[in-house]
Amino acid sequence: MTTATEAQNKEGFFKRLFNRPEKEYWNAYTGGIVLGLVLFTSIFITGNGLGASGGLSRFVAFIEDIVAPGHVDRVPYLIKTAGGELNALDNWIVFISIGAIIGGFISGLRNGRVKLETHKGPKITNKQRWFYAFVGGFLFSYGARLARGCTSGQALSGGATLSAGSWAVMFAIFGGAYLFAYAFRKLWN
Amino acid sequence: MTIFPLPIDTIFLKIGVYAIYLLIGIGFGYVLESSGFNKSTKLAAQFYFKDLTVFKVFFTAIVVGMLLIFGAAAIGLLDYNLIWVNPTYLWSGVIGGLVMGMGFIVGGFCPGTSLTALATLKVDGMFYVAGALTGIFAFSETIDEVPHFFNGSYFGRLTLMDLFDLPTGVVALLVTLMALFMFWGGEKLEAIYGNKDISKEPKGRYVGAGVFVVAAIGLIALGQPTNADRWNWISGEQQARLDNREVQIVTEELLHTMHDSKLNLVMLDVREEKDFNLFHITDSDHVLPEEIPALINDFIALPANSLFVIMSNDETRATEVWKYMVAESVPNVYILEGGLNNWVDTYATPYEDEYCAGEKENLQDDEFKYILTSALGDHCPAAYPHLEDHEHVEYEPRIKMELKRAPSAGGCG
Repeated sequence: MTTATEAQNKEGFFKRLFNRPEKEYWNAYTGGIVLGLVLFTSIFITGNGLGASGGLSRFVAFIEDIVAPGHVDRVPYLIKTAGGELNALDNWIVFISIGAIIGGFISGLRNGRVKLETHKGPKITNKQRWFYAFVGGFLFSYGARLARGCTSGQALSGGATLSAGSWAVMFAIFGGAYLFAYAFRKLWN
Repeated sequence: MTIFPLPIDTIFLKIGVYAIYLLIGIGFGYVLESSGFNKSTKLAAQFYFKDLTVFKVFFTAIVVGMLLIFGAAAIGLLDYNLIWVNPTYLWSGVIGGLVMGMGFIVGGFCPGTSLTALATLKVDGMFYVAGALTGIFAFSETIDEVPHFFNGSYFGRLTLMDLFDLPTGVVALLVTLMALFMFWGGEKLEAIYGNKDISKEPKGRYVGAGVFVVAAIGLIALGQPTNADRWNWISGEQQARLDNREVQIVTEELLHTMHDSKLNLVMLDVREEKDFNLFHITDSDHVLPEEIPALINDFIALPANSLFVIMSNDETRATEVWKYMVAESVPNVYILEGGLNNWVDTYATPYEDEYCAGEKENLQDDEFKYILTSALGDHCPAAYPHLEDHEHVEYEPRIKMELKRAPSAGGCG
């Protein structure tokens, strides 16, 4: 009998955990200040800024190294992350990415925002949205590898350390998004 | 002495280092989610001027991060030379940025935000991450076709201060003012396109704007540390190393180092050009002391196995350059003991003797002591002595390669 009540309690616990009332997001400036503090802490202690695409990149190299190790050793771009005995996941940026997933989950859980759902514009279906999300992810990460960093690794971290190249990348990202926004307005409006 | 950034790789075990990065990542993800970046429609609304949260969060973070970084650097708490500043690859960066922009509007996320969307079970976020992984795979399979484009237009560790030739504080103030102007404009746009009631925004943001501007002006007033300041912070420890002759390597050690293929040996010959033309060691670079400051960024960006050996005729001039470079946190810098005079003493062969008309009388400090009848440059055996041609003496090795404190790859590796 005790196991049954335990199970009930457990279910109740998870139900309560995932059915919290959805709270408002932070004020944008508050979010910016806290993000700036996180960024500063990272640079201050480790000398490195934040990043996201680098972690994904190493994850891909890791999988490739399992599936086709010989191939990894022949592609120059992959050699330096996973060539030979190297473990692609043995790098700090991977832990930032894993942390970002955990941190996002904790925040979402605390504020009742962990929900299986799809956000999309009113004129498209869920399936269309998923398709475009996939294509967008493909394009963004291809561009991020080309530019040696994404919004976090280049624009945010390089922006705060006043790297000239990072400011160029930043303007290109936002410029590109505004440039193509009209063409893809049906996706969102 | 500046203690930050910490040499965490030498303080902690690997697991501790990774725990630190994991915690930073958790903070990162927490803020992104709390700011609404797990919601693609909110992110995309940015580009239709309806909700400028992305701009506000992003540029507030840059301003806060920038002011704290350069504030800490100004008071000698943080060493700017030891933090990762993204190197500039102009055209691959710009084209990559435009492709990212297109991916942003099509996919509704950027990689960091998509991770928090995935974590909070947004299905579009999951598809985005799957697409991102595929895109990375495609990139690694194709980029080696265009290596010149990918690795070209390289400007090294170029900062906005270098680009505009402005002091750090002034650049910080301009960035702050630009951000504030964008916030002001952004709120106007939100009122027009997003029907937002600006009067509901917290009044505290005006106070915040004032704090930012005052802090940026404070940065101008403080200035960034000069080389003399930086030397003063470390002079106690480093002067002792000089005095104990821990950084002067004997000719024999340099000779062995020249034949060590594991090291990236950079020999800097800091004498006048006429002396360099008379004789210099093969592969040494001729650099005048006044040219050193402009090269510091390049030196810092070199790989961790780089070793610098500074040489003048004797040691005076080399020691000045050594102090400058060490104060700028360039790792692994050594001085050739006794300089080129000592080198020629040790390795001269009958070939060099033929062109030598004796030694100068009344030798000045740090002057080349031989009178050569012809400028030999490095076209003589003493410029590149072979290991097997010389009797070897026992010596106490001075070179201890230190782990590089400056990160050699940022968030992009």
